[in-house]
Amino acid sequence: MSYTPEMRESIRKVEATRRRRLEETHPRTLPKEQEEILKRFHPDYVEGGMRELLVGPNRGDRTPNELADLLEGRSHIDVAAFDLGQVDYECDVLVIGGGGAGASAALLAQENGAQVILTTKLRFGDANTMMAQGGIQAADKPNDSPAIHYLDAMGGGHFTNVPKLVEALVMDAPSVIQWLEDLGCMFDKEPDGTMRTIHGGGTSRKRMHFARDYSGAEIMRTLRDEVRNRQISILEFAPVVELVMDSRGQVAGAILLNLETGDYSLVKAKTVIMATGGGARLHYQGFPTTNHYGATADGLVLAYRVGAKLVFIDTMQYHPTGAAYPEQILGQLVTEKVRGLGAQLVNVEGEQFVYPLETRDVESAAIIRECVEQKKGVVTTTGQQGVWLDSPMIDILKGPGTIQTNLPAMVRQFGRFGIDMTREPVLVYPTLHYQNGGVAIKPDGSTDIPNLYVAGEVAGGVHGRNRLMGNSLLEITVYGRRAGKAAALRAEEVELGGLTLEHLRDWERQLREANLEPQTVSPLLLPDYTRHTRPVSKVM
Amino acid sequence: MAEKLIPIYITGKKYEVPSSLTIMKAMEWAGYKLIRGAGCRSGFCGACATVYRIKGNYRLRIGLACQTVVEPEMYLAQIPFFPVEKAIYDIEELKPTPEQLFQIYPEILRCLSCGTCTKACPQEIEVMDYMADAMKGDIASVASKSFDCIMCGLCAARCPAEEAQSNVALLCRRLYGKYLAPKSQHLWERIEEIEAGNFDEELAQLKSMGEEELRQRYEERDIEPA
Repeated sequence: MSYTPEMRESIRKVEATRRRRLEETHPRTLPKEQEEILKRFHPDYVEGGMRELLVGPNRGDRTPNELADLLEGRSHIDVAAFDLGQVDYECDVLVIGGGGAGASAALLAQENGAQVILTTKLRFGDANTMMAQGGIQAADKPNDSPAIHYLDAMGGGHFTNVPKLVEALVMDAPSVIQWLEDLGCMFDKEPDGTMRTIHGGGTSRKRMHFARDYSGAEIMRTLRDEVRNRQISILEFAPVVELVMDSRGQVAGAILLNLETGDYSLVKAKTVIMATGGGARLHYQGFPTTNHYGATADGLVLAYRVGAKLVFIDTMQYHPTGAAYPEQILGQLVTEKVRGLGAQLVNVEGEQFVYPLETRDVESAAIIRECVEQKKGVVTTTGQQGVWLDSPMIDILKGPGTIQTNLPAMVRQFGRFGIDMTREPVLVYPTLHYQNGGVAIKPDGSTDIPNLYVAGEVAGGVHGRNRLMGNSLLEITVYGRRAGKAAALRAEEVELGGLTLEHLRDWERQLREANLEPQTVSPLLLPDYTRHTRPVSKVM
Repeated sequence: MAEKLIPIYITGKKYEVPSSLTIMKAMEWAGYKLIRGAGCRSGFCGACATVYRIKGNYRLRIGLACQTVVEPEMYLAQIPFFPVEKAIYDIEELKPTPEQLFQIYPEILRCLSCGTCTKACPQEIEVMDYMADAMKGDIASVASKSFDCIMCGLCAARCPAEEAQSNVALLCRRLYGKYLAPKSQHLWERIEEIEAGNFDEELAQLKSMGEEELRQRYEERDIEPA
């Protein structure tokens, strides 16, 4: 599986220019040029990739085709046949989703006195959190401040972010790092206790904290262990297929599906926290993705059906460096930390074409331009294009062994396929990574729908139209904690009316009025990668 | 150009699949819709631990289904869940001492040092080594050596002493992170500054700026050298 002769020939050119490039970095892209590159090459601007929604709170808004079909889909539930009298579980706070946001929310809700159930579609911890490699931002160094962090985040989001959401993000950041460390997360530090921090794309200070290149995994496994130690009820392989309302127009619970038996169950809850993550497994515009198996935008569908407004849903984040070779790991994440440590992006001739640490949208668009317009990409045996990420530079710049120590997951990943990234560059191309937008929230994680709280990737507004590296692990912990606390406090005062699924009847009516007769049943729950040569039996 | 198909045996049943696929993609190509046994699909979550052997060879091998390419005559089974012991504890009440470790997981001392765990690790972690460190009560060493663990459970599945290696390691990492790692002075200071309201005025000012002004501030900001 190592490189083909054609690729090796290009690698020789990369090696030939390396010495010179160690001394020179491609200049930053000027603001005007950034806009131009985005408009011409970023997938968000591809006309055919989006359509207008015809029903719901975001009627008329431009939305990716794949998501629009799900948002305008039908329920899994037959409203007339579903018995709301049989309540299977009851709790104060129902947390939907077992990633970093859900786990943080569950912990804080319990600390604030709530009896909590956490339900999740796959295993607890099967989430994009687990796969986040690069790090978490927090302005805790003397040369940095929350204000500078704020400015970086706003600029990265092209000044579209909701200011008070960014304020909460940057002001809570240092205390969140302390909270994680208090739970036992191992951040990389100097012997004197100083946090080791590096740059990410679009940062003006080195404020990326990390735990080798298992940053998200370290956070996730610690939070998960703590939830288990606190003996919070956990339901696995139990995705939510519909939210339940009450006669007073409040969210009042959810219907779960047991993925293994096919049984539905009903949870009655005083408040609900949606922490279902993103949707890149919808493979917008056919892109591969870095996301985990369950990232199918379920939370957006569920929230939309109870009338929640979505924001920035027409913008997805394409991570500049997804693996482009070998085919077996196509689209999997090559962490931004590789560039943070000094690796440059170069074309088939071994020449730089972009500053290595632009914001992700600009960096991705520049790679697409280099391949599609400049025709200076490297083409693999399967026809996949890519550019080189010159990883061996890191050990030359920072000393032998730096790559192995700082990027063990990456070295292992490529090593499994016969590629030694400490000695050879790796081939990369943009891959679908993150849902920039989501359900509109307030700084306490609440929404316009009574008793519905939203945290993490499924929420929108914190990042505007583009998220910076390291602000997602931060968002899930900051907003998971905020939503957990707020939902627990709200649960103390909630009085629920009778449970109802009237909102689903209303949804059917809206679909009819828009002359839609969707065949799609949503939420999707799992992508289907199976291959069948004939129609499949209904027994399955 | 049709790709070469090779025979593999999924839980004993034969399928012909393209030779370049990972085990996970081969199962899907064969028609399996995965519910258990698939998570991150990138080698980070441990959901797709797989045990396999090649026909005619007694030797059992291990791998992550999402990171291992199929081989001809591969007999495979996934181990998506293994009922490993997980002790319940209050991290606030613990001390980072060897005695604490043995109290929470007394079976640590049953380790036979046979090395089966190390052979079973898809992350190539020296599991036996860190278990030996655990027996010595060296929490810092366990924490460091086990750091890349994805908690797939294969070590526990193969262990004759019925150890919960990944959970012992997790406990050590949490003890290390909370009690033994050097404290970060700058972090505490910054939290105090924030709580004292030192940044409130500047944040309020930034929040009230129009896009033009904010953009100018952004473009003029100084950038810490790499």
